[in-house]
Amino acid sequence: MKILVCMSQVPDTTTKVRFTPDGKSFDATGVQWVINPWDELSLTRALELKDDASTGVTQVTVAHVGPVGNEPTIRKALAIGADDAIRVNTESNDAFVVSSQLAEAIRQNPYDIILCGIESCDFNGSSVGGMVAEMLGYPSVSAVSSLKIENGQAILSREIDGGKEILTVPTPFVAIVQKGITKEPRIAAMRGIMVARTKPLKVMEPIATEPLTSLLQFEKPQPRAACKLIDAENPQQLIELLQNEAKVI
Amino acid sequence: MAILVFTENWEGKFKKLSYELASYAARIAEMMNLPAMALTIGNPDPDELEKLGHYGLKKILVAHGKNLGTLDNQVYASIIGDIALQVSASVLILSNNGTGKALAPRLAVRLKAGLASGVNGLPISTEPFVLRKRAYSGNAFAHVAIHTPVKILTLSQNSFELIDKQSKAEIETFQVTPDSNLMKTKVTDVQKQTGKLLLTDAEIVVSGGRGMKSPDNWGPLIELADLLGAALACSRPVSDEGWRSHEEHTGQTGKVIAPNLYFAVGISGATQHLAGVSSSKYIVAVNTDKDAPVFEAAQYGIVGDALKVLPKLVEAVREMKSK
Ligand SMILES: Cc1cc2nc3c(=O)[nH]c(=O)nc-3n(C[C@H](O)[C@H](O)[C@H](O)COP(=O)(O)OP(=O)(O)OC[C@H]3O[C@@H](n4cnc5c(N)ncnc54)[C@H](O)[C@@H]3O)c2cc1C
Repeated sequence: MKILVCMSQVPDTTTKVRFTPDGKSFDATGVQWVINPWDELSLTRALELKDDASTGVTQVTVAHVGPVGNEPTIRKALAIGADDAIRVNTESNDAFVVSSQLAEAIRQNPYDIILCGIESCDFNGSSVGGMVAEMLGYPSVSAVSSLKIENGQAILSREIDGGKEILTVPTPFVAIVQKGITKEPRIAAMRGIMVARTKPLKVMEPIATEPLTSLLQFEKPQPRAACKLIDAENPQQLIELLQNEAKVI
Repeated sequence: MAILVFTENWEGKFKKLSYELASYAARIAEMMNLPAMALTIGNPDPDELEKLGHYGLKKILVAHGKNLGTLDNQVYASIIGDIALQVSASVLILSNNGTGKALAPRLAVRLKAGLASGVNGLPISTEPFVLRKRAYSGNAFAHVAIHTPVKILTLSQNSFELIDKQSKAEIETFQVTPDSNLMKTKVTDVQKQTGKLLLTDAEIVVSGGRGMKSPDNWGPLIELADLLGAALACSRPVSDEGWRSHEEHTGQTGKVIAPNLYFAVGISGATQHLAGVSSSKYIVAVNTDKDAPVFEAAQYGIVGDALKVLPKLVEAVREMKSK
């Protein structure tokens, strides 16, 4: 069984988000790039499954759509333990374009399980997993918080309002992964970093697709009014403000 | 042509989120001079349908069918996609909740439609069709233009007011027989708590962080939540430590919520935490450290020991309630 982990690269989650003065693009000056946190968790879960011989998982590949400058982030995924990687050589500004490229890569070289994160923490699109699945005609399960393979059968749990559902789905399928899929992301060890340099990273040229959306402008949220401090000895005052000023209780 | 909104029902019932979606669809319909229609799958109660109709919908389509009790993304997307084509939907609206996130991207491919997810208000313009959406996990908004004839968007919860027009919608019920080849997922077990206020639906949320020191100290926090009719939440380390259940974890890697009021008690206010709660209308912070970043996000704050402040807050709320 082969697993493909779709991976995006995002600014480190502590980044102070800034935009160019015209507000049209993200200001990447001094930004540290990391693997999107959910993709890192997906990769970790894929590697855990591969470590357990009973699952029959023999290969974990990561796929990324992006320019050559993103390769250090792909190498990180290889250092963490992915066997090989695919990079589709194009900018990733529209979910439909990204998904079309991933779907094409999968058509050329199919996988049994495709893992995508529930969103990327830059564009918060929550789109790629579902789009790839629809393009390939595969089933998709969203909000997956656990993935096991028992006797060749994938067993997933998915979060629903107020609880979870356990379900089975035949391969090939797309699982759109969220919190819970594994405890902690796996970290690259020194040896992993050494061998990552020699692991296969295949570059594919993009197929022609038109973006369906375009990004016009970014804006920062309105700064909030300064915080009103209330005396710790007198919390009644807070309750009065919430009731009469904010009118929320 | 029409504006179509998918309003899921929960065991036959709608909730505030559904009325928000209907109000939003009706408003866009007005902007574009088109009728607003809702689609729901399953067996909603007639009273519930009537109430949903009050929010400016012209028509509500109700799809019945076998084996539609649990969400199969492929099957649901095929039903919604077919209806969207039948009514020539020019805009298709879903919630940005779990169901909406699962279906919208599949529908985007089916209908060759551009998708904007996590939209938090009316279109900035309809010609071209431009929306404002959440980006950088709450640290920014992006203006996105959709170029395709059909447009899909998912609306963030609690981002649009309810507009009750006391209108009456025509109800049209029909049978669907989904292609059995599409039904590939099989739900084998459901573990669910019913009757509990969901964190994502709550108007008030009371949340505790590592500053609460121990799970044994949660008593007054729970009491405060009960008195206010609030849901409980927590920061990630609290759920990682197993002090509270994972369902309560809010933030970038947990739930994203937008209540009217969020109490952050003993929470430092790390960017990853604020990513999940920064759309709250009001944030109250209680923290011993006056320089904690949470005070930058809060409108009201108390610098003090949560364990001492909470019992007094509980008293104050109790007094308010008794008046
Ligand atoms: C990729 C990534 C994703 C993440 N996602 C999330 C996420 O989704 N949600 C999330 O919450 N975190 C997330 N984090 C973790 C985040 O960075 C912070 O570590 C976390 O939010 C801190 O939790 P806390 O505020 O409860 O604890 P701390 O940072 O330890 O803060 C405790 C606060 O309590 C105060 N305090 C101490 N004692 C008292 C007292 N007696 N009374 C009152 N106040 C007191 C302290 O002054 C301090 O401000 C993520 C991190 C990473 C790297």
